[in-house]
Amino acid sequence: MKNNPVIIDLQNISVSFGQQKVLDNINLQIHDGEFVTLLGPSGCGKTTTLRIIAGFLIPDEGNVIFEGKNINGVPAYKRQVNTIFQRYALFPHLNVYENIAFGLRLKKMKEKDIQNKVKEMLELVNLKGFGPRDVNLLSGGQQQRVAIARALAVEPRVVLLDEPLGALDLKLRKDMQVELKNIQQKLGITFIYVTHDQEEALSMSDTIVVMNEGKIQHIGTPTDVYNEPHNAFVADFIGESNILDGVMHEDFYVEFSGMRFQCVDRGFMKDEPVDVVIRPEDIDVVRPEKGMLKGKVTSVTFKGVHYEIIVDIDNFKWMIQTTQKAEVNDIIGLDIKPDEMHIMKKSKYSGLYGDYSSFSDEFDELSDPTITAEGED
Amino acid sequence: MKKSSFVQTVLNSPYIIWSAIFVIVPLLMVIYYAFTNESGDFSLNNIIEIKDYASTFLLSVGYGAVATFICLILAYPFAYFLSHSGASFQRMSIMLVMLPMWMSFLIRTYSWMTILGDSGLINRFLGLFSIGPAAMLNTPQAVILGMVYNFLPYMILPLYTVISKMDGSLIEAAQDLGCGKLQTLKKVVLPLSVPGIASGVTMVFVPSVSTFYITQKLGGGQITLIGDVIEGQFQTAYNYNLGAALSLVLMVMILICLGVLGYFTDDKDDGGVLM
Repeated sequence: MKNNPVIIDLQNISVSFGQQKVLDNINLQIHDGEFVTLLGPSGCGKTTTLRIIAGFLIPDEGNVIFEGKNINGVPAYKRQVNTIFQRYALFPHLNVYENIAFGLRLKKMKEKDIQNKVKEMLELVNLKGFGPRDVNLLSGGQQQRVAIARALAVEPRVVLLDEPLGALDLKLRKDMQVELKNIQQKLGITFIYVTHDQEEALSMSDTIVVMNEGKIQHIGTPTDVYNEPHNAFVADFIGESNILDGVMHEDFYVEFSGMRFQCVDRGFMKDEPVDVVIRPEDIDVVRPEKGMLKGKVTSVTFKGVHYEIIVDIDNFKWMIQTTQKAEVNDIIGLDIKPDEMHIMKKSKYSGLYGDYSSFSDEFDELSDPTITAEGED
Repeated sequence: MKKSSFVQTVLNSPYIIWSAIFVIVPLLMVIYYAFTNESGDFSLNNIIEIKDYASTFLLSVGYGAVATFICLILAYPFAYFLSHSGASFQRMSIMLVMLPMWMSFLIRTYSWMTILGDSGLINRFLGLFSIGPAAMLNTPQAVILGMVYNFLPYMILPLYTVISKMDGSLIEAAQDLGCGKLQTLKKVVLPLSVPGIASGVTMVFVPSVSTFYITQKLGGGQITLIGDVIEGQFQTAYNYNLGAALSLVLMVMILICLGVLGYFTDDKDDGGVLM
């Protein structure tokens, strides 16, 4: 994928709405045929980025380059980019057939070709024979498929998807994830996908772009983003993680929780303060005397596949996911292999995440009356 | 379930009684008068007599249609631009549109006489340049003006409602698929505003067709529409039977017009418009 030519190049994009900076110097290269996901919490600027590529929004600063040409001034209807909208945005006055044919008619295609194309698209999204149906009477999943067919019918070079599965229920969403990925691979066109669902991002993407506060935090493959997060925000947003305050004494040696451990990371300054990420599933529970660290169990939750155990070590609450059972107030030992410790440079997010002594930030925010609700960007 | 349906009946009863007394009974009376003669016997004479007024009916429908059309042409762009402007400007403009409706319809129509008359505002102004006086009052144009002026808000409001409630992502979807500004208007915005157009047209057309006050004041008796004829039957000729028959036929004609309109606009709309 990386060998393909760059199709979209965002250069130093900045956007402000009034006083608020929504995008802050975004640089992103997207290759032809790539499945790129913009991932982040609401208000992180991911939808704004999408709207800039679609042409609905002109950036205050920076350039949008499409195949080497600056398209800043090109209006949406002239771009070879099509959007699948969050709420589908099907035309209620047209039936399924006419919705899909909408873009084709604008291209002044012959009636016969339109017929063939619509038929082909309906087959692609598994809606054979739905042409004459009223779009208002379709289920959410069916409307979603029509929206996909409508966007793909005009043979765009790039398809933009704005949380397209957000309104579907869990099971259907999983199926549609697979189907969307299949369609993308079959047609070989570029998908730029916006979501706040990290699991969706991990399972579908070639490349994940993690965003927060209008800035890109990490660009990488799903495994890269999960295993080697750039900072505490990325580590916390994608999956669960214990993020500890540590010091890198020298290459391959890190200190945290008052102990010195061997690790596989290097290239830090001597005695540089760092963040250490340890995923809950990478921790083995052993007898206290055998553990590298030991602590007292404060809670145990059965999750089906595993137990989720919270352990207190020096007033830092660790999360462990293990198939071994433990009881509250047990003293247990923790064993972590060197290659399961990931060392990150300190960032502005250090110390904000990765401790399981409280609920998630989202939960805290919900209960905080001083924070007013902000709309999705 | 039983209980709630009883409560419903009780709560609904004032409205049912109201519409029985003030809608159904008068309607039955109109029908009764229309099909009887002065002595109260059944008669079709009134209905037969109506053919003498065929041209007046046509003229009324013509005036109503012209006024409605002009209202639509004026109101649509206004409603469109209004719903795309800033929130405070929208509120103020809607207020200004509704403001005249708070004053008496009679007074507003009367005011036009003092504006359009031979010694009215406009002619006095023209007189400063030794032009005129131009005969403006008592012309068909003055009648149309009166209709458009009085009923324009009833066209603007439903159009504004339907356009401002339109889902913005539909317009973006149209642009996304290759529509320029004009094509978006033609292919998406206009078809989606049909419910608003339908209610606007109804609310302007119906009162325009049946008005008599506007024709009397601004038409000066030169133009006789069906409303004037009906009024005359009740107020001067005291022929309630013919008046009722004319009213009944007018009602049926308006129903037919609305039916035709409804057929073309296809009531798939999801309501929410002033109708």
